Amino acid sequence: MRQLLLALASATMLAGAAQAATVYPLDRATILVGSPFDFKVEFDAVVKPEDVKVTVNGQDYEAVFGRKAEFVAEEKGEEDKVLGSALILRDLTIAAAGEYKIEVSAGSEAKSVAWDVYETIAQPKAKNIIFMIADGLSVAHRTGARIMSKGMTEGKANGRLAMDDIPPVAFIGTSSTHSIATDSANTASAYMTGHKSRVNALGVYADRTPDSLDDPKVETIAEALRRTTKKSVGIVTTAEVEDATPAALVSHTRKRADKAEIVGMMLDVKPDVLFGGGSAYFLGKDVPGSKRKDDKDYIAEFKNAGYALAIDKTELAAAAGANDEKLLGLFHTGNMDVTLDREFLKKGTVDKFPNQPGLVDMTKAALDKLSKNPEGFFLMVEAASVDKMSHPLDWDRALVETIEFDKAVAVAREFADKNPDTLIVVTGDHTHGVSIIGTVDDEKPGTEMREKVGTYDNAGFPNYEDKDGDGYPDRVDVSRRLFIAANNGPDHYETFRPKLDGPFVPAVQNEAKEYIANEAYKDVPGAVFVQGNIPKDEDSGVHAVDDIVLQAAGPGSEGFRGYMEQSDVYRVLADTFALGTAKD
Amino acid sequence: MTDTHRMSLTRRRMLSALATLPVLSLARPALAGEKLGFGELYKSFGVLGLEFSDKVKRLNGEDVTVKGFMAPPLKAEANFFVLTEIPMSLCPFCSSDADWPDNILVVYLSEKQTFVQYNAPIEVHGVLEYGAWTDPETGFRSQLRLREAAFNTV
Repeated sequence: MRQLLLALASATMLAGAAQAATVYPLDRATILVGSPFDFKVEFDAVVKPEDVKVTVNGQDYEAVFGRKAEFVAEEKGEEDKVLGSALILRDLTIAAAGEYKIEVSAGSEAKSVAWDVYETIAQPKAKNIIFMIADGLSVAHRTGARIMSKGMTEGKANGRLAMDDIPPVAFIGTSSTHSIATDSANTASAYMTGHKSRVNALGVYADRTPDSLDDPKVETIAEALRRTTKKSVGIVTTAEVEDATPAALVSHTRKRADKAEIVGMMLDVKPDVLFGGGSAYFLGKDVPGSKRKDDKDYIAEFKNAGYALAIDKTELAAAAGANDEKLLGLFHTGNMDVTLDREFLKKGTVDKFPNQPGLVDMTKAALDKLSKNPEGFFLMVEAASVDKMSHPLDWDRALVETIEFDKAVAVAREFADKNPDTLIVVTGDHTHGVSIIGTVDDEKPGTEMREKVGTYDNAGFPNYEDKDGDGYPDRVDVSRRLFIAANNGPDHYETFRPKLDGPFVPAVQNEAKEYIANEAYKDVPGAVFVQGNIPKDEDSGVHAVDDIVLQAAGPGSEGFRGYMEQSDVYRVLADTFALGTAKD
Repeated sequence: MTDTHRMSLTRRRMLSALATLPVLSLARPALAGEKLGFGELYKSFGVLGLEFSDKVKRLNGEDVTVKGFMAPPLKAEANFFVLTEIPMSLCPFCSSDADWPDNILVVYLSEKQTFVQYNAPIEVHGVLEYGAWTDPETGFRSQLRLREAAFNTV
């Protein structure tokens, strides 16, 4: 026993003494057979090239990979700090499926990782995939959208959302490679590449060098479709088209903020349909409103590449029926306005961009366009502002966005009814820390709004109405409304009321760079101060680590089961389209 | 009545205090120039670009006064800051997924001033300038600027 303990102790000490190299793709990576990716080894120390030993399943790596990797004697960090040596082999492909054990050593450093290189079934299960993401979609958003849109009597919903009849098939773990927490870049990237990554990263593993565009790449679904099929690719979002979720289909960058570069990556892949906001990054730097730092005119570049352009709802409707091969729809310089502002309150920037289409218009137009390809299509539709309104704790706007998302789901279901060779996936990319806990009833006695919150039996049912039957509540400021609370946030004032003058701005920065409660809401009658519970440099509510519910219907949906890592979703998509079969 | 009297006194005292500050540094009259509102900056907003208003074009190179909010600066020692119409809830300098609104003004101070509470409105006076400009030190791009500026709280 003592000997065993001693042996264990010495083994531990040895392991502690040896520095560990890092290998990308990381251990337990799943890689689509034939898909190009970058192989990188980072050593903690500066090592000699002749000391570096890399084997794959026991053989020298050059024999297996067919090429020699570039040796970098010294990688440099900020202020030229030496980070260690590295080995990089770009655009590697592995043609045969199987387990690959990579063993790396140099000096005192050693690392061993295993990759699962997988192939798919030979025959596609579906012709089309419609992948619908409500960014940040949590269970509370669904419940709230259902109650607000359909109403409830004696504990039973008075109607069903379109997404209520798509079977929930999996819980998705959204954690990132360096943290249990996550953002829309690495989560969407996991769905769209099959590889998990770090917060803010898209289509790459996050390496140690400061350059955001040199990180080891993995293939995105749009690239895989271009490589292996003649299918069309569609990207629809209510955010800027270069925002994280839409970018995940085409981009390779460590920093989602590289929006100017992401526009170029969009042009490289040329999605057949690209709808959303974010035109500011398409305009040369001298055009007022541009957010570029160069003179590139991407409006002209997309047109030269064969795109027709639509810049408002009217042009979108006209262009969707036209015969141009590719369609670029840009409807805002930044993020598009949310449904509550666009259709009802006319707040936000609706006065400046009065004719923006909604997600339903964009989804319909995209399906019209994409379904003309007899080879089929992959369409990603994102309701971006479920998340963008959940961050500032503007629950009314987030719920109305969820209702709009659901209407887009209805459009997708209608398409799938007529085209049963279509897989529909409905999911979020991550969750928010939000729950519905009851109602706020203005008719309750007193002036203190807190005392008007109804919980348990006292909550009753809200009195939203939808007299015009459009699926949206006629107004959100009814006398008995949902009370929704975040479990985290900055210091702010809870007003217990919808924000009718424009999206909620809970906190603003002070001169110490701390976020403090926005005084603009202090004097709303009954407002109470809510002490924040996250660091003071955080400006708004944050993402939750909770699992995401994934729903799916149609051929291929049987691939989603139980708990899945977000990156495993890609494998089901790849299988549905048979993207990993032996060629010829 | 007493209240009104007291208020006007306070106001006069404040105005004179404000007047002395910039005179010391700039040798030009305080709060000089025409008032320019955030709503008056652009003639049109569009997906393919914004167009400056006739008022901005007319006042190019002239002294103007603009009321707005100071956004948290890039760094404490930066010689410019961004003036926004409403207080910024996000800090685009700090947060990678935050972005500036379309209608911002970049303010170059004629001399160092202590940055203020970002929650409170300020009044900035300076020489209006429009057209693309890249800050040589930081690479920050702007379309609309106030040069030789000074500000005070309101």
